[in-house]
Amino acid sequence: MTVPVFEPWNDPEAKPLIQFQNVTKRFGVFTAIDDLSLDIYEREFFALLGPSGCGKTTMMRMLAGFETPTEGKIYLSSQDIAPVPPNKRLVNMMFQSYALFPHLSVWENIAFGLKRENRPKHDIAERVDEMLRLTRLEKFARRKPHQISGGQRQRVALARSLAKAPKLLLLDEPLGALDKKLRQDTQFELMDIQEKTGTTFVIVTHDQEEAMTVASRVAVMDNGKLVQVATPDRIYENPNSLYVADFIGDVNIIDGTASPSGQDQYSLAWKDGLAPLNVSSTQSFSEGQSCHLAIRPEKVTISAEEPTGADNAVPGRVLDIAYLGNISTYHVELPSGAVIKAQTANTRRIARRAFTWEDPVWLSWTATAGVLLAD
Amino acid sequence: MRRVVLIAIPYLWLLALFLVPFAIVLKIALSDAAIARPPYIPQFDWASGIWAFLAQLDFENFVWLTEDDLYWKAYLSSLKIAAVSTAFTLLLGYPMAYGLARAPEEWRPTLIMLVILPFWTSFLIRVYAWMGILSNEGLLNQFLMTLGLIDSPFVILNTNTAVYIGIVYTYLPFMILPIYAALERLDGALIEAAEDLGCSRLQAFWLVTIPLSRAGIIAGCFLVFIPTLGEFVIPSLLGGSDTLMIGKVLWEEFFSNRDWPVASAVAVVLLLILIVPIVLFQRNQQKQQEAEQ
Repeated sequence: MTVPVFEPWNDPEAKPLIQFQNVTKRFGVFTAIDDLSLDIYEREFFALLGPSGCGKTTMMRMLAGFETPTEGKIYLSSQDIAPVPPNKRLVNMMFQSYALFPHLSVWENIAFGLKRENRPKHDIAERVDEMLRLTRLEKFARRKPHQISGGQRQRVALARSLAKAPKLLLLDEPLGALDKKLRQDTQFELMDIQEKTGTTFVIVTHDQEEAMTVASRVAVMDNGKLVQVATPDRIYENPNSLYVADFIGDVNIIDGTASPSGQDQYSLAWKDGLAPLNVSSTQSFSEGQSCHLAIRPEKVTISAEEPTGADNAVPGRVLDIAYLGNISTYHVELPSGAVIKAQTANTRRIARRAFTWEDPVWLSWTATAGVLLAD
Repeated sequence: MRRVVLIAIPYLWLLALFLVPFAIVLKIALSDAAIARPPYIPQFDWASGIWAFLAQLDFENFVWLTEDDLYWKAYLSSLKIAAVSTAFTLLLGYPMAYGLARAPEEWRPTLIMLVILPFWTSFLIRVYAWMGILSNEGLLNQFLMTLGLIDSPFVILNTNTAVYIGIVYTYLPFMILPIYAALERLDGALIEAAEDLGCSRLQAFWLVTIPLSRAGIIAGCFLVFIPTLGEFVIPSLLGGSDTLMIGKVLWEEFFSNRDWPVASAVAVVLLLILIVPIVLFQRNQQKQQEAEQ
């Protein structure tokens, strides 16, 4: 059985649920969002990722209706939403602070939005109970928000924002207040709920791991602009810029000048006295163009003997070892003084580890392991 | 030992400043008026002993309070004036407190200063100033007549209207400050959450802002209602001869009639009436503190 791949962004026929068209938002002289266009599709779990102050929260507040774009238009199901006030939008938001009403019980919090629609009492009760079941909060229905734990509050906030079955659910740093273990469990719970309800989720986060885990696509933002919008694996493996490569995960950046050496092959001169590196890249570079090679530490192999047949191999000396339990990161100093990080999985017990401080080692990687990026 | 001292201090305070004076007033209330100095009998006499002294005390004055309709009418009228003034103070104070809490942060200290500033002048002078504003030849009437809005002056001074104006003016800060304290703590995200879930601005105010400032509203109402009930200066200076308030009756019994026992009885009953709202107020404060923990 083959599962159809969910990627409406590659389907030219698909109609986006949300469209940002050349949206600009200014606060006084400060430009928070700068001429930004973006399509988000139905049933997507879309992550807006960036450092604080990059404009991701402003994007979300414009979708919720708390801010209006200074220029440009935002469409929800092909309808311009600028004139629609927040309470009339088929969009619900889960707030960063959860914003649970402290004077209402968990049950009343979840029912709050439903009661505004003047639904019959019976319907409301049924829907609230359904939400309580979905978020496993049945036991806490009568408690007040201050009588439950942080993780439970987070689930109440989620249940409350899902209760009205919105077309679009906005999540503003939803897991920020939880500790790491609970956060990881909750990430999978979120994905599960998103799949079950079929709601389109847009999540704002500054935690790249969280974005990579939950999202179908990630938009990396910087200074009010989208730097790259792609699936998590493409963002990680094929960053389109130094900014994205550096922002997502750990990376070695090697500066040098490229010269073509074959079909999609380049040789990168990077340090005097060292052999140029062999890199393949589908992006073309001209002779002598300065560029950066971004290579993930886990794609660099560390060995005691000089490897044979490797595309690139450099000698060095172990400078530092970061032992994280499951993996170790070796900081290897090259004769030129540059430091390259190499990561290996600790498949053996630590007592039998092959390398220690000051050991001479060889680092090697294939021509396709890294990405060549222009300035 | 230290614990005993620590606990003893507030109780000694209460004993010296409340229970002892109250016992004295209660004793006078149970005595009979006399043309003497002090103007009541019996006086405690070591020779005849405590039992002979206690035997002379009776509840005559309290019975008298029920026989003359002046007293219960004054109590009722005071309750009414206090309740109506509290309602007006709330109507005026809530929007002001709301405005304060929503004002830009750098403005708030100045605005709160403006609310408190009147306390820097004597209360009596401020009430006299209102006489100057409200009298027939006062500033308000002169202003309205110069504008040609009215031909003959409004009669405000020496009516209940003037009493209401005076009370609302005097006690407004006591309403504003606790409500402001409650509103200032209110998280703006809660209002946004209410709107996000389908509330109009007005509904969000009614369903979220009002309930979450309830403790402040209740505190403010009691802080206005309790002192207003026994208020004497404002009704006697701004009110007319038909303004009936128990504080005024009390004053007249003491100083015009020199009937200390009846005056004391009036005071004891006033205190008993006030105990109800005071206890409710305390309970509100306690509940609020518990909710904050």
